[in-house]
Amino acid sequence: MRRTPFHEFHKEAGARLIDFGGWEMPVQYAGILEEHAACRERVGLFDVSHMGEVWFRGPQAMDAVSHLVTNDVKKLAFGQAMYTAMCNERGGIVDDLIVYNVAPEEVLICVNAANRAKDYSWMISHNPLGVDIVNESDFWAQLAIQGRHAEALLQTLTAVPLDQIKNYWFALGTVAGIEGCIIARTGYTGEDGFEIFLPAGAADILWPAVHAAGKPFGLANIGLGARDTLRLEMKYCLYGNDINDDTTPLEGGLAWVTKLEKGDFIGRGPVLAQKAAGVPKRLVGLVVEGRIARPHSPILQNGVVVGEVTSGTRSPSLGLNLAIGYVPAGSAAVGTAFEIDIRGTMAPAKVAKTPFYTRPY
Amino acid sequence: MSYPSHYKYTDQHEWVSVEGDIATVGITHHAQDALGDIVHVELPAVGKTIAKGKSACEVESVKAVSDVYAPISGTVTEVNGALDGNESVINSDPHGGGWLFKLRLSNPGELAGLLDATAYTAIA
Repeated sequence: MRRTPFHEFHKEAGARLIDFGGWEMPVQYAGILEEHAACRERVGLFDVSHMGEVWFRGPQAMDAVSHLVTNDVKKLAFGQAMYTAMCNERGGIVDDLIVYNVAPEEVLICVNAANRAKDYSWMISHNPLGVDIVNESDFWAQLAIQGRHAEALLQTLTAVPLDQIKNYWFALGTVAGIEGCIIARTGYTGEDGFEIFLPAGAADILWPAVHAAGKPFGLANIGLGARDTLRLEMKYCLYGNDINDDTTPLEGGLAWVTKLEKGDFIGRGPVLAQKAAGVPKRLVGLVVEGRIARPHSPILQNGVVVGEVTSGTRSPSLGLNLAIGYVPAGSAAVGTAFEIDIRGTMAPAKVAKTPFYTRPY
Repeated sequence: MSYPSHYKYTDQHEWVSVEGDIATVGITHHAQDALGDIVHVELPAVGKTIAKGKSACEVESVKAVSDVYAPISGTVTEVNGALDGNESVINSDPHGGGWLFKLRLSNPGELAGLLDATAYTAIA
């Protein structure tokens, strides 16, 4: 299994390690509920170094990216980032990713861990402009600091004025003496917070520095278990669960990052055609009564299976059983009732407004 | 965590405590630790007859659902209603307050096939 540069720190912290798509990653430290609460109420630290970093360089770098992704990335100012989908020729989602407009002729794309090789191979084989595309994933580490105290904590480690970085913007700078970091105000939790890209070789410096700085703020290490409950409360997609190569952005609730009028991009034709013909199914948030739905639980309407759960858990913040799943597009309105077959027992469920969770500050 | 010496155990990480013809059943410390934070339990219906080795109830952590198998055959006489909303007791007190259900033994001879604390500690 592959390990991140923070592996020894996880072992020292007593993490329970699991295989996550070929990566040996911490699933929990103190426990999922405690970690979830720490992130919602104080601040949490996540090792997200398994995510991939692909750089596009050259005069037409952003044009090349725009050809690959659904969102209008050419609108990005320098220092600005954008969430987007990347589609295949059928309009299915190759991955969901974040594009960073770093400098003239320099664009960074952060991709999902499990898709590192697939995405890179897709990108280099769909590069008609011939820009320089380099997979630098092995040379970068990544930490996420998420929670209401994230800015105050991180500000003790950098001279970069963090209050000047707006949501989905970033700055280049020095963190804990480590030069060449990218400090982005992004995250996967619904909290305020930052994701820091740093040279992998400096991982040994940053982890203890963040912990020392985080003590007064009640910083907690957060594993993949709580990362999942946090993102699920926001209905953020988990690639491979909620969206995949066979789901379109319109089906997967990503129409808001699919700009069909921006000009051509891979998958635009089929997505346009689907929009015209009618989207057959939509990814919705569901609140389930009594039991916890899990991925692949069938969703029924009037006794007929009409869809499937793609993610589900007990929400630690809300105390509700939350699920994400596909239902027929005509039945996707908030309040629509379904039944979910949970190992043979039918549990009532209703489409809910999402995000399920709204931060109180 | 030590395993009570007067309990019997299964290799599926359930424990049994017998008084007369009533057996109290729960999951072991090892099982709760492996599951992580428990947030939901589906207890069996009182009066239900369950054969040894069959699924008796479900215990769910944040991440996953796990079957609890009947360590011995019997009829459910009582379930631990105090767990409703307080499922974390299974984590904090798995061998006591975290008990799941009681069975009236239909075949007490099956008890001889269970593990004692020493044997269970060796596999936990």
